[in-house]
Amino acid sequence: MRVMAPDIALRQASVDANGWISFAKSMAAQSSRLLALWGHDTGTGIDVRACWLGAAGLDLACLLLAPGAQQYPGLHELFPAAARMQRGLRDMLGVHAIGMDARPWLRHDAWPDGWYPLRIDAGSVPTVDGVAAPYPFVAVDGEGVHEIPVGPVHAGVIEPGQFRFSVIGEKVLRLEQRLGFTHKGLARRLRGMSAVEGRKLAARASGDNAVALSWAYCRALEALAGVDPPPRGVHLRALLLERERLANHLGDLGAIANDAGFGFALAQFSRLKEDLLRRNAQVFGARYPMDVVQPGGVCVDLDVAARDMLRHQGGVLASELARLRDIVDQHEGVQDRFRTTGRVPADLASRLGMLGLVARASGQAGDLRALPTWAPYASLGVRVAASSDGDVAARVSVRFDEAEESLRLCRLLLDGLPPGPVSGPWPAHVAPGLALGLVEGWRGPTLVALQLGADACIVSCHLHDVSWQNWPALEWAVINDIVPDFPLINKSFNLSYSGHDL
Amino acid sequence: MWKTLKQIARAGRISERPPAATDAPVESGEARVRDELLRVLGRALAVRVVDAGSCNGCELEINALANPYYNLEGLGIHLVASPRHADLLLVTGPVTRHMEEALRRTWEAMPEPRLVVAAGDCACGRGVFDQNYACHGSLAAVLPVDVSVGGCPPTPSDLVQGLLQAVRRRA
Repeated sequence: MRVMAPDIALRQASVDANGWISFAKSMAAQSSRLLALWGHDTGTGIDVRACWLGAAGLDLACLLLAPGAQQYPGLHELFPAAARMQRGLRDMLGVHAIGMDARPWLRHDAWPDGWYPLRIDAGSVPTVDGVAAPYPFVAVDGEGVHEIPVGPVHAGVIEPGQFRFSVIGEKVLRLEQRLGFTHKGLARRLRGMSAVEGRKLAARASGDNAVALSWAYCRALEALAGVDPPPRGVHLRALLLERERLANHLGDLGAIANDAGFGFALAQFSRLKEDLLRRNAQVFGARYPMDVVQPGGVCVDLDVAARDMLRHQGGVLASELARLRDIVDQHEGVQDRFRTTGRVPADLASRLGMLGLVARASGQAGDLRALPTWAPYASLGVRVAASSDGDVAARVSVRFDEAEESLRLCRLLLDGLPPGPVSGPWPAHVAPGLALGLVEGWRGPTLVALQLGADACIVSCHLHDVSWQNWPALEWAVINDIVPDFPLINKSFNLSYSGHDL
Repeated sequence: MWKTLKQIARAGRISERPPAATDAPVESGEARVRDELLRVLGRALAVRVVDAGSCNGCELEINALANPYYNLEGLGIHLVASPRHADLLLVTGPVTRHMEEALRRTWEAMPEPRLVVAAGDCACGRGVFDQNYACHGSLAAVLPVDVSVGGCPPTPSDLVQGLLQAVRRRA
């Protein structure tokens, strides 16, 4: 099978169980980060796949298990981020990593243990008898320790998940998360679907990351089809991606400051976000342009008037943002809540294998937009935001820096918009194979591993959001902080539930 | 403090007139909406939102209702934390089976009569996520629905309109 990645160097190895571990060890030795771990039912055994992101690009290891084999060597000791991915893989395909946490992760009570939704021969879902056993959260013993159960329905308008706090007084000793409530069976739904059609679903794995997801999906598909979108289409994709980043950062900056009691910031930033969304509706036809990135390019072009509108808005946003940053930075009360709260020091971030925005706030360099091979960013000279403090203040500061940089990039993209079509012709036939599409979404690297069969239908599609890597870091971030700081810390991470649960 | 006050003055008042409920020929307006809520409910409308497995797109637009343009609270519509305080349940997502029990329990905890609004194409049964082993595919499969607001995601104006329509049904 051919394996490709369009915008980044890729090395691929098919390994046996021993090779699996030695491959992982070599990845750890060169400080590569585990990007994703998933599986695929070939019909004659499960193919377990792991992908790392390092300085030299992507490394993909495939371990094809013998028919009926149910075990493979676990990676969780080398890469802590693998722990939950292995549990998710077990729930979907029934293969166990040796030494793994045996508790279910994505499976709650919708289907019984022993039935695996992504097995080719799974058939329809059996009914679950009786009441599901309660999830065994880890208990913390000791005098004065009590538990605070939270969720899955939260007090505010956010996605569902469970948090179990073990606290003493107000101090958090331990936080344990339980996710999987928004599991929609996305991977199984994608299987068998036409590859072109699948992009709509991929975009909606996490609605706030839709441009990155649809771009990554389309790049994977385009690699298999041997298509490169025209330069104007590529520029417009980047413009959409930067506006998605801006919308999320503006929303988060207001919401984080609001959780520190500064309602003024929520009103101001949500006003700017709304301005941006309304302009999106005018220019791209939707406040959230989830379906504008399409195989071969994009489906919307900008005329001169639209470009002027976006350019003008960029200027207004830049000056508003500068004013608001000054106000937030100088607000002693807000800064007092931000500083030292929810700290993830650099060494811990590195050990946990964090990725993306929250990793950059904890001294972990890395932004795919700085890659010399990714058009159109390679020509824009992206300045990567960074901070080493790892607290709420650092995550706020990285967001401010990135929002400012996105505005600069939008201006460059609009000024240098190449002439020509926004979309190229789409071939009648797409050859089978596996392709990895990778895009730096606003949370971090967004991976789509798309495998097509002979009829250009999806054989398997794995979507990976960096929330998988960063949710466990949130458990660490709150230790020794007080319970009322949790909403603030959680908001400063703002991770995806849907993008994780799929 | 001075800079903060100056920024508030610079932004000014930007709240907009709310839309009318579609079946209402009367002119829209903030005062009219408040009057109608008072007439029907005798107080503000309390809404509990439950995400039953959405992609989070609907949540973005529900959160937008709080921005100064839509100024939801100014209309007398309040998002509440407890279902026991809620008149109306606003549900997003295709209703995953893992959220079914939490959703039902939220609904059961609400005082009667309780209104239910399905927000977004998924909850309305026409989203991209089909009915399958993990999903019911629509809110109507689980709870009685009073009003459906389509869209992927629905716009804030459509959401306000849907809430007002639901209140009207109770009049």
